[in-house]
Amino acid sequence: MSDIREELKYASTHEWARVEDDGTITIGISDHAQDALGDIVYVEHPEAGQEVVAGQEVAVVESVKAASDIYAPISGSVVSVNEDLEDAPELVNQDPYGGGWFFRIEPRDLSELDDLLDGQAYEEISTDD
Amino acid sequence: MTKTTALFDMHRELGAKLVDFAGWSMPLHYGSQIEEHHCVRKAAGIFDVSHMTIIDVMGAGSETYFRRLIANDVAKLKSNGAALYGLLLNEEGGIIDDIIVYRQRAGFRLISNASTRHGVVAWLHRHNSEGIEIVEAKLAMMAIQGPQAIQAFKTVNGGAVPTAAFTAISSGELFVARTGYTGEDGLEIILPEKLATEFWKQMVDGGVRPIGLGARDSLRLEAGLNLYGLDMTENTSPLVSNLSWTLCWEARDRNFIGKEALERQLEEGASLKLTGLVLEAKGVMRAGQTVYTGSGNGVVTSGIFSPTLGCSIALARLPKEALGSCEIGLRGKRAKARIVRPPFVRHGKKIYQ
Repeated sequence: MSDIREELKYASTHEWARVEDDGTITIGISDHAQDALGDIVYVEHPEAGQEVVAGQEVAVVESVKAASDIYAPISGSVVSVNEDLEDAPELVNQDPYGGGWFFRIEPRDLSELDDLLDGQAYEEISTDD
Repeated sequence: MTKTTALFDMHRELGAKLVDFAGWSMPLHYGSQIEEHHCVRKAAGIFDVSHMTIIDVMGAGSETYFRRLIANDVAKLKSNGAALYGLLLNEEGGIIDDIIVYRQRAGFRLISNASTRHGVVAWLHRHNSEGIEIVEAKLAMMAIQGPQAIQAFKTVNGGAVPTAAFTAISSGELFVARTGYTGEDGLEIILPEKLATEFWKQMVDGGVRPIGLGARDSLRLEAGLNLYGLDMTENTSPLVSNLSWTLCWEARDRNFIGKEALERQLEEGASLKLTGLVLEAKGVMRAGQTVYTGSGNGVVTSGIFSPTLGCSIALARLPKEALGSCEIGLRGKRAKARIVRPPFVRHGKKIYQ
C-alpha cells in the first residue's frame, strides 16, 4: 500500500506539491511513483532561476528500470533544487515526501494548485495503474 | 495464463515486486535491486530461476545428436557431470538459444532460457531422427551466488559441492552445479518442486539474501554475459555476438548445424562486433539507443546502471573497427562513452582497461 499524504496536492503524472510557510512550493514524486520506478540512480534537475509552466517537462528521473520525465505541477520560477540527490538519489526511494524532494518553485499563480488532485483523488488514479 | 514457480507463495510472503517475465510471474526485487546486487558481489544471494527450461536428453545416440545441434562440442565432456556453455544455431548461423549442457550417465541435461522454451523444444524434436528421448523436466531451480555462496551452502545444507567450475554432482535429490550468471563463484541447484520452499527457507535463514531478476540482469551485464533476445537473437551470428569462443572447430569431420554458414561468414569477414560501453556522463544507456563512432553507427543491445562502478555500462553491436571514444544518443542529446572489452567487473572490482 503506498503512502498518500492528505496535506499534499498531487498531479496525475505522480508529482506532489506542498505549500511552504514562505509561499514557495516544494515538488517531489509520490511514494507510488518511486515504488513503481524502483531504485533511483540519477535525478536531472531544472536550473535554479528557470521559468517553468505547469504541465511541462522540467526534470528527469532515471531509475534502474527506466528514465521518466518530471512535469511541473505549477507555473513559476525554480528557486532551489535538492542538491543532496546528486550523491544520494536513493533518498527519493527512502523518503519521497521528505529528504527526497526535487525542487522548489516560486509560484506565479497559487490558484493553479486547485487544478491538482487531493490525496483521495490521487489514490483512486494511482491504484489503477 | 501466467505461470508460477514452486516458490511463488514464498516470493509474495517476502514482499517481492512481481513482474511478468516470458509468461512467468517472477520477483523483480524484494525491496531494493541495488542492495541485492551489492549483496551478491560481497556476500551471497539466492535466486529463483525455476522458469529456466530443463531438458533431459537420453539414449545411446544422444552424443551424436548434440554434436550436430550444439556448436560447441559435447565430445569434450569426458566425465559424468562435466558441463559446457554452447549455442544452438539455425542453418544461417543465427542463434536459437544459448545453453548449458551437462553430461549425465544416460545422456545429457540441457538448461535453456525461459523465453525460448517453445522454439528450443520444437527444434530438438525436429532434429530427433535417432529415437532419442527428450523430456522437459518439471523441477525447481535456484542459483546461490556470491563470494560466500559455497560456504553458506555447505554450512546450511551440509551437502557436497563440485570442486571445479562447470561441473555438477548429484547429491541425494539435489543436482548441484558450479555454474551461474553473475560472474561470482556459486551454485545452480535443481531439485524436486516439493523440496523447493524448505530449501529456500533454510538458505535464507542461513543468511543468504533473496535476489530478484533485476539484480540478476545488472550482475550478468557487469560480468559481460549476453542475454538472449537482446544481445543475441536468431538474426545474429556468434561471430558478431562476442561468442566465437563457444564454437568448436577442432573435430574437422564434425558437421554442426550452422557450420557452413559460419564458414562463409568467416571467409567474408564480419563487419560488426558485440562489445562493451562505459558512459562518461550522467544517465543510463538502454537497449536500442544509437551509438555514434568514428567508423559508423551501432546500437546498444542492453544497458544498465552498474551498481559496482556507479555509472552506466552497456553491450553494443558496433562496426568492427570502432575503438576508443564514441557518443550515445540519450534522450535527444549526445553523451560521451568509451568502447571497452567486457567483462566490466570481476570479484567486485573494475576490470576493463
